Amino acid sequence: MRWKTESYTGWGRALTATGDIARPERASALAALMKDSPAPAIGNCRSYGDACLNDDGRVIDMTRMDRVLSFDEKTGLIEVEAGLQVGEISRLYAPQGWLPAVMPGTGFATVGGCIANDVHGKNHHGLGSFGQHVTQIVLNQNGKEVTITPKNAGLWKATIGGLGQTGVIVRATLQMIACKGDVMMVTERRVDGWDEFLQVLDDSKATYTVGWIDATAKGDALGRGILEEGETGAGLLPKQKASKKVPFNAPHFALSKPIVKAFNNAYYRRVPDHGRTSVKPINDFFFPLDRIHDWNKLYGKRGFHQFQCVVPIAKAPALREMLEMIANSGLASPLAVLKRMGPGRAGYLSFPMEGYTLAVDFPNRSAAQLLISKLEEMTEEAGGRLYLAKDALARPNRMKAMYPEWKDWLKVVKKADPEGALETDMTRRLELRSA
Amino acid sequence: MTDTWIILGATSSMARAFARKLAEEGATLYLAGRDMADLEASAGDCKARGAANAHAVLFDARKPDTFTPIIDAMGAEEGMLNAAVFVGSMPDQADIDADPSLIDGTVTDSFTGPARFLQMLAPMMEERGGGTVVGVGSVAGDRGRVGNYVYGAAKAGFHTYLSGLRNRLTRSGGHVVTVKPGFVDTAMTWGIEGMFLVASPDQVAGDLLKAVRKKKNVIYTPFFWRYIMLIIRSVPEPIFKKLSI
Ligand SMILES: Cc1cc2nc3c(=O)[nH]c(=O)nc-3n(C[C@H](O)[C@H](O)[C@H](O)COP(=O)(O)OP(=O)(O)OC[C@H]3O[C@@H](n4cnc5c(N)ncnc54)[C@H](O)[C@@H]3O)c2cc1C
Ligand SMILES: NC(=O)c1ccc[n+]([C@@H]2O[C@H](COP(=O)([O-])OP(=O)(O)OC[C@H]3O[C@@H](n4cnc5c(N)ncnc54)[C@H](OP(=O)(O)O)[C@@H]3O)[C@@H](O)[C@H]2O)c1
Repeated sequence: MRWKTESYTGWGRALTATGDIARPERASALAALMKDSPAPAIGNCRSYGDACLNDDGRVIDMTRMDRVLSFDEKTGLIEVEAGLQVGEISRLYAPQGWLPAVMPGTGFATVGGCIANDVHGKNHHGLGSFGQHVTQIVLNQNGKEVTITPKNAGLWKATIGGLGQTGVIVRATLQMIACKGDVMMVTERRVDGWDEFLQVLDDSKATYTVGWIDATAKGDALGRGILEEGETGAGLLPKQKASKKVPFNAPHFALSKPIVKAFNNAYYRRVPDHGRTSVKPINDFFFPLDRIHDWNKLYGKRGFHQFQCVVPIAKAPALREMLEMIANSGLASPLAVLKRMGPGRAGYLSFPMEGYTLAVDFPNRSAAQLLISKLEEMTEEAGGRLYLAKDALARPNRMKAMYPEWKDWLKVVKKADPEGALETDMTRRLELRSA
Repeated sequence: MTDTWIILGATSSMARAFARKLAEEGATLYLAGRDMADLEASAGDCKARGAANAHAVLFDARKPDTFTPIIDAMGAEEGMLNAAVFVGSMPDQADIDADPSLIDGTVTDSFTGPARFLQMLAPMMEERGGGTVVGVGSVAGDRGRVGNYVYGAAKAGFHTYLSGLRNRLTRSGGHVVTVKPGFVDTAMTWGIEGMFLVASPDQVAGDLLKAVRKKKNVIYTPFFWRYIMLIIRSVPEPIFKKLSI
């Protein structure tokens, strides 16, 4: 197998790696690679920071191993190769009444990436994390295939949410959930401020719930935004517009303060005072940003960071304080996301905890890095944690302190990959592989 | 009743993308090649995407005795029979220079093997009065270049064969599409230096399906290679022989 030397980045584009990439198209090619030159797997590089980077080293790009291997229309069990994108699964099976139980905010994430970050979706409060709906994983460890299920307690929990450090996920079996069809009934309503937002999130009875926050609003308007609730349904839709693409890096002022403020104001007011209900194609509801390809280029060459934390319910005031700092800084980009999380998680390093999670994008500037570091500190003090799928900046001790089961993970990983062949820029930066 | 398609060289990512599109339209598929484990996986994928049926079948262009069982199985299918050929191999020209016997295999993989198979299929297509053959050649077959002229020669032979087969099958209502891809982002080209304007396998597969629908004779994919090759073909030989492109 040939290796291709290339520079590549995570979704945030603030960090870059240059190294050799192999892209196997079949299991036998992957096995040969893992035997001769074990390397970490990457999916579609939708992680923001350096989880999917290995500077000066090798990685195995899994995106060409993207087949559905079997599907049982009676039970909704589906076995897929790890490089298959979640949005493709919903495109294929929602019309037949089945959906992946958990889907992140982008359909371009691969199943392998969703497992390795134990991702959550808009239904986390109800159905928990992605890994809780995986019934079997086939790993390749140093050229050998190993099949694991939840019964392999340690290896299972170190693989789900485990940043690919236990081996390359070759294929996985997922339990899908029944849905009514491939359209969404979506209700949107304006929320005037912070306290009301927490209230409506707590009260929401919807299967899918997400809050969009105007991270520029201050004072009384702090925490204003839009609550979006969705249920699956069946029916016909008007013809779709083609998706768009951002062709080049935008100049740095594209997301400057006045523009962001104006955009947010318009976004907020587009929903009428009394709310509205609409019908949308299912993938538009779950993956609203996917229709604009390469939208990360809007942040220009320097890229951006996403800060995402979760804090326990009782610490909601700390989250409010963070939002206040963000609003006052004037550094935030258009939309921030606020969600209520349930306790569901499947791995030692899984992000979720019962509480509220806030995610905000910042252009990559030194002022934003300072602010993020302050926000990280506040998260730690609140007993919350940062999301590895988004992180590019945190320091080792802080991150380890937020993940109490990190030592359990390390023990398994040391056995699974004693030589450290699967280390990435993230595991090195956060010193996750050393005690 | 659905259309039946045999895909030769079905492990190629270009072929995989094409087979998926046919599967979503409900075709019956025969996925032919040498790596049975991989073909079984693709057969599962095609069934999961809506193929009426999908079979993995052993096909080695260098072993003609693998052809007959496939021809027999296809003969038992009802409806129109169609074939798409993605088989081909492109050893480094330097390796061929060092070991000229590699020429035989290159020509067998990219031309004579598939041609011999199509020759066996053609009477069945004629009998049924229709069907389409898609043959994947290459822009490399349009003019011999120092970098890969043996591969190019095999593809040129295949182009000429396809043109004759088109002439023959048209008489009974069948059709042949000759496909000349430029650079495509597949296992064959991954990591090779000097690629430009690289198309995705999915893009190519979309072009193939469109060409089948519109009964195109010869297509370049992506389309602009038609113009690039027009220029390359028109360079006079006294000049061309000194170029290294
Ligand atoms: C617009 C957008 C919205 C998002 N919304 C959400 C959201 O709502 N919820 C959420 O939880 N996340 C969200 N994310 C984050 C995203 O879902 C995760 O980062 C996910 O892991 C990306 O998958 P990927 O295939 O791109 O993996 P990559 O980013 O390429 O890799 C992620 C990690 O998985 C490992 N990995 C990948 N494939 C394999 C494999 N086959 N075997 C072993 N290890 C592997 C890599 O080594 C790396 O550690 C969002 C991202 C974007 C860009
Ligand atoms: N990629 C490009 O830029 C490009 C450009 C122009 C034309 N093409 C042509 O497009 C076609 C598909 O190529 P690709 O790029 O997808 O590369 P590929 O993955 O190498 O595909 C070649 C296919 O041919 C098969 N094959 C080779 N020798 C065989 C034999 N003796 N018997 C049976 N099958 C054999 C391979 O099967 P195995 O898996 O068993 O090896 C594989 O399925 C080829 O004809 C190629 O020449 C490619």
